[in-house]
Amino acid sequence: MADKKVIKSRYFFEEDFEEQLAEVPAEKVAAWDKKAKLKIVGKGVDRYDAYDKVSGTARYTFDIQLPHMAYAKTLRCPYAHACIKSIDVSQAEKMPGVLAVLTADNAPKIKWYRGTSYLFDRHLRYAGDEVACVAAKSERIAAQALKKIKVEYEVLPFVADAGKAMQPDAPKLYENGNIAGGKPSVYERGNADEGFNRADVVVEETFDTQVVVHNPTEPHCSVVNWDGDKLTVWDSTQSVFGVRNALADSLDIPANHVRVIKKYMGGGFGSKLAAGKYTIMAALLARTIGRPVKISMDREEMNLAVGNRPDSVQKLKFGAKKDGTLLAMSHYSYGAAGAYPSGAGCSWPLRSIYKCPNVRTEEYTVFINAGPGRPFRAPGHVQGTFALEAMIDTMAEKTGMDPLDFRLKNYSEIDPVSGQPYTTKRLREAYEAGAKAIGWENRNKKPGSDSGVIKRGLGMASQIWWGGGGPPTYANLKMNRDGSVEVLCGTQDIGTGTYTILAQVAAEVLELPMDKVSVILGDTAVTPYAHGSGGSVTAPSTTPAVRHAAELMKEKLIGYAAAQMNLPPERIAYRSGELVDRDNPAQKMSVSALMRKVREQVLVTTGMREANPEGYAVNTFGAQFAEVEVHTDTGKIVVKRIVAAHDIGRTLNRKLLENQFEGGIMQGIGFALMEERVIDRNTGKVLTTNLENYKMTLLPDMPEIEVIIVSDADPLLNNTGVKGIGEPAHIPTAAAIANAVYNATGVRFKSLPLTPDKVLQGLYGGVKQG
Amino acid sequence: MITVSLTINKKEYTCEIDPQTTLLELLREHLGLTGTKRGCEIGECGACTVIMDGLTVNSCLVPAFQADGSDITTIEGIASNGKLHPVQEAFLEYDAVHCGFCTPGMVLSAVNLLDNNPQPSQEDIRRALAGNLCRCTGYQQIFDAVQAASKKMKSKR
Ligand code: FES
Ligand code: FES
Repeated sequence: MADKKVIKSRYFFEEDFEEQLAEVPAEKVAAWDKKAKLKIVGKGVDRYDAYDKVSGTARYTFDIQLPHMAYAKTLRCPYAHACIKSIDVSQAEKMPGVLAVLTADNAPKIKWYRGTSYLFDRHLRYAGDEVACVAAKSERIAAQALKKIKVEYEVLPFVADAGKAMQPDAPKLYENGNIAGGKPSVYERGNADEGFNRADVVVEETFDTQVVVHNPTEPHCSVVNWDGDKLTVWDSTQSVFGVRNALADSLDIPANHVRVIKKYMGGGFGSKLAAGKYTIMAALLARTIGRPVKISMDREEMNLAVGNRPDSVQKLKFGAKKDGTLLAMSHYSYGAAGAYPSGAGCSWPLRSIYKCPNVRTEEYTVFINAGPGRPFRAPGHVQGTFALEAMIDTMAEKTGMDPLDFRLKNYSEIDPVSGQPYTTKRLREAYEAGAKAIGWENRNKKPGSDSGVIKRGLGMASQIWWGGGGPPTYANLKMNRDGSVEVLCGTQDIGTGTYTILAQVAAEVLELPMDKVSVILGDTAVTPYAHGSGGSVTAPSTTPAVRHAAELMKEKLIGYAAAQMNLPPERIAYRSGELVDRDNPAQKMSVSALMRKVREQVLVTTGMREANPEGYAVNTFGAQFAEVEVHTDTGKIVVKRIVAAHDIGRTLNRKLLENQFEGGIMQGIGFALMEERVIDRNTGKVLTTNLENYKMTLLPDMPEIEVIIVSDADPLLNNTGVKGIGEPAHIPTAAAIANAVYNATGVRFKSLPLTPDKVLQGLYGGVKQG
Repeated sequence: MITVSLTINKKEYTCEIDPQTTLLELLREHLGLTGTKRGCEIGECGACTVIMDGLTVNSCLVPAFQADGSDITTIEGIASNGKLHPVQEAFLEYDAVHCGFCTPGMVLSAVNLLDNNPQPSQEDIRRALAGNLCRCTGYQQIFDAVQAASKKMKSKR
């Protein structure tokens, strides 16, 4: 078990496939399969950090107070597109309590946004772009000082709409034009045109989705402190190693001089996956003034400058035989990256979920003068699934089939993109279980046939995502002299329960009670490397590494016990925290008794995530079913019930799993019905910069939710049999709701969010007349 | 500078503060009570909820001088003698917590509801927590926890 090897590890993370060298165990730990009798893993044990959180003692980045600390605030460009002609900071600098001001005039030229811009750039590409950063004795003084900075701008023509930005005469954000990479990204298999020619039924539709903003409750925040030339940074981040690299590169200092720590954080959803400019600015200011600096975004900045889900316009064309066999699909789309590089493609679900021989997709990512996009809980998949699943329902109707039967007819037993088999796929079971739970037979056989003012409808949508994780991910395990253990892993718990599941795995293997296990995460100086917390890779990457470390610890203890008891190691068994002579079970030692004989007093092992199996596709699957009421007098849509049936490998903790699923569904309801970043087309400014205008789901908006897990374990994938759940929970919700609205009203709404005005427009061509 | 005297979690405090200071800043920055969170500073998220003279308020909207002479309860004052309040216990048991950033505000809204209305209807619970934004959970566990706490407190009365 101790041997290892280095491989090229390739798996999907957030927006793309990544390939990295990784050390993996040469020999895999035998996986827990569906028959494994587990005592702690799979049980709904309490959240490891729940006490800290309910008692108010959990410390988030913003709660860190250092002696002599200064506060920083950022001046942002008020125009959608401008150039800085001059900046005068003299008035601001003179204010009592102001300590330093950073601008393009005095800051080092640090490349940002994949080299397309600088930390402080004179060319400002959106209303919200960073112009200056002030450090002061208090946040209030820093905010006042921003008003004293005089900037002379040359205001440039702007474009805030992706469709317009693609026109040749549109104002340009970059010399090479507004289309990222200068061309679309194209995928093709078979020949779509030929497929359409042979089809009996061909349908073409255009859909669009809105820009939404992550808006985690805890604003992005960093606290930075220099000890001489060594930098310590507390950051509300989904990737401590990512932030460390960005700091080391930007400040041109060695990585070992930078320590990044994240303990508790108030959500991220993708918006905290990459390092933010604010962290670098705070580090520069702190170095200049010789004091620690705290910088935190306010809610307006959260809605302008720290990411969003790109919008989409999607033109789909599907062709099928009379019997419902899909022959061809094409997908043309464009979406706004915002002002800086980020992906806006959304065709992956269409390429990968159904069996269809002829597929063509063409995607444009377009620059506009607005805040840059960032991965947001299943990049591309949420938008793409909305359009795809509406089309699938339409095709079912046109071929006279039940929507579920149509999906089963085109069910793919292998990954249609790679041609490889799946490690596991239980989508069929998800369809069955979900349909049963929602009462699928009760839907309107004829859409819109429900009479009355309040029309009820049922709809469903399928889900596909990666979520298998992979190496490199490492975990250290320390055994202390009293038999208690510490798990150390460089992942971060962003609210999802990583502390808890890692403690469960260690407790399971070492047969310890949960309170004997501590977990330390997210500290680049202390914890071994793990991936950023995104893409639903955390559980399937980290739990196998922790299990490996714990199994190695067991082996190590057996070795020590063999020496102590003068027996060959094969004679010793590890049972419930004791080392037992197999041939003479009366002869045994507790771990703590053994540890007292161990000179180093702390034993350490390092576990590794094993390689993914070769020749297999790894995906999560699911189906969500929605029951809605459409109030045809007011246009209001009320979601009554959601059933979520999913294949996610092994359930680690039912209590946490339900919480995570319900949260994903909650955000899906927001995306379907209310969330939308609105830009004023005359000024290019965002109008929805507070939570009054940017509507999110609250308790009264929530339906009844049932979560069904149809999978037992995926032992081919990794030794814990686990796949991820973060994005799967969220992907199909909006699509299922939209399909239910169609079933209720018989009107196909092709634009999200489904706000009352759009509903009334669709039903009556305007507000209902009295 | 002005002087404000108030009771926080049954202890009396007198503070010298800038007149612009909000109650949230007083709690967090002057007294180090960082359990009360700051999510928006403009009264829209409920993360900063505390109980002031028997009513929940968004502490980010209350000027500290207005709290002069008042009685404040924050998340740090909910447990007694190291024992969690039944609402906190229920939050723990039902996993009404994800990232936990909204939790202190949620707990205070729930405690205040049950103080004033020990047997709330489902609608009462929905209304009492409608001003507390949670971006992580589906609110279901929070709702269940409040219901369970109400039952538990009733059986103890
Ligand atoms: S911080 Fe007070 S309501 Fe958001
Ligand atoms: S648990 Fe994260 S905001 Fe509620």
